[in-house]
Amino acid sequence: MSVFNFLKRTGNKSKPHKPTDQADRGILVFENTSEVIQAETVLKQKGWDIRVMGPPPEIRQGCDLIIEFPLIEELQIVNVLRKKGIPPLQVVPVTGHLLKPVDIFQIKDFDTYLMVRAANMKLSVDKTTHMIVNISGGGCPDVPYLAASMVGQTIESAPSPREIGHTLCGYALQLAYEEVQRQCSA
Amino acid sequence: MLCVAGTVPSNDFPLLEGDVRLIDEKLYIGEKCICVNRGTPALLAAAAVTADYFGRSCFTYLVGDTGTGKGSRNLYNHLSSVLPRTSFDTITFHYLQPIVRWQKRLQKILGDLSPKPTLIADAGYMYAAKMSGEASLYDLFTPDVGELAFLADEEAPHPFYTRGFILHEAHHIPGLITRAYKHGNAARYLLVKGETDYLANEQGILGTVSGPVEEAMEAIGGTGDTATGIISVLIDAGIPIEKAILVAMRVNRIAGHYARPTPATQIIEIIRHIPQALRDVLGSDNQWIATPETSIIDIISNHRQTEKLFKRLEEETGTCICCEGLFMSVKDAASHFGFPLWDTLIDINTIILGGEK
Repeated sequence: MSVFNFLKRTGNKSKPHKPTDQADRGILVFENTSEVIQAETVLKQKGWDIRVMGPPPEIRQGCDLIIEFPLIEELQIVNVLRKKGIPPLQVVPVTGHLLKPVDIFQIKDFDTYLMVRAANMKLSVDKTTHMIVNISGGGCPDVPYLAASMVGQTIESAPSPREIGHTLCGYALQLAYEEVQRQCSA
Repeated sequence: MLCVAGTVPSNDFPLLEGDVRLIDEKLYIGEKCICVNRGTPALLAAAAVTADYFGRSCFTYLVGDTGTGKGSRNLYNHLSSVLPRTSFDTITFHYLQPIVRWQKRLQKILGDLSPKPTLIADAGYMYAAKMSGEASLYDLFTPDVGELAFLADEEAPHPFYTRGFILHEAHHIPGLITRAYKHGNAARYLLVKGETDYLANEQGILGTVSGPVEEAMEAIGGTGDTATGIISVLIDAGIPIEKAILVAMRVNRIAGHYARPTPATQIIEIIRHIPQALRDVLGSDNQWIATPETSIIDIISNHRQTEKLFKRLEEETGTCICCEGLFMSVKDAASHFGFPLWDTLIDINTIILGGEK
């Protein structure tokens, strides 16, 4: 039996934790262990607090190992892995393996302006000039940074939240940004 | 004294602490100048102008963080070290990276503070307070509707993962509030910011503020931050928490109204109207609002809905204010009959301005 199979069969099949120290952790699932090892190397080199472990039983995709990581930084971590050519198959919170990112958008039309909300983030644009006029909502520290970088630029020229954001709030803003692009090009 | 802990969107900004001043629409901590934009600087600017109104001050611990969490970890560590030696009456936590391990360490210290300060959690810090399972340690959470859905979802570790069936309930705010309390994911009080602002506790809705209405406020980054800044100062000034919240939401809305906002309005344009909004709601230069000098007869005759408040004061003081003090000013009557002036004035103005209690 491989070490990996052993890990999978022992200590890591406990039920999901309810609010504990693990509540802000996520799981990266990969196709094979080679990708896990590559990803571990990349993420550790960049200083992230991660660990390799066996997957919980609810995870039915991927190989015998997963990487546990700080969930709030999902946006930047996945971005780094994607650029390295090792995107994860699946990303889920430790506390809820079936949870999925929000896919509900609220759209508010202010005549001259359009506001799109995704989860806790709202992005508003001038419908004529496509200028990003405001970013509101959210609570992670990259939100003010994203707002400072994007407000005053057009949706065509502004840096995308995926490029310069770090957190799940940034990820939600990316979804709002993509929806605004879709709305403005329709 | 009020203390605000938060971040500014810069990787080069060092950990600073000190009193905050707002001069020419820029924040100063010592000699360090900070532009006012959304996030903790907006909260601090609103707090600074409100503190000026009350002749109070606002202290801050501030660090740069652009979302990597590095600055936040530094600040968590610093707060864990210094807070046991401080005596703040009110502490407001704001845009910190939600990191449960660090927050649990800090919460242990907060729980041991004696006397315990009033603890307010907004933005990222509120997310971690919920995730850590320690929401009840806090006196106030200030979510918007999307964040309330997150608090109501006992499974979600972040608003980004709020389940769809709960998000679909976003129009049913009382139900979400009940669900948040049921799972222990709300502070002693919840202020839900939205088209109508809801003040609630575990027993249910305590009050709402719904005017003036400016739809564009939702799109403007920082309007929730300014609300939290105003609330923090009012609570720190000794105003009972329920009253402080209702009055602050009214002030925030009036300041927004004066800015004649569009979705393109920037938060500083609203902050510059907060002093006027404070005067409108609490001050002495608006004939429609009760001041310490306004006579009781003027209040009751112009605003009959305040009569029940005076009846309650009569019961509490065992006197007949309307018989013996009808022509007195509120200030003189408070002194003569022994009821609290400032609390009563806020109650009167809250009723006059349409805040239902």
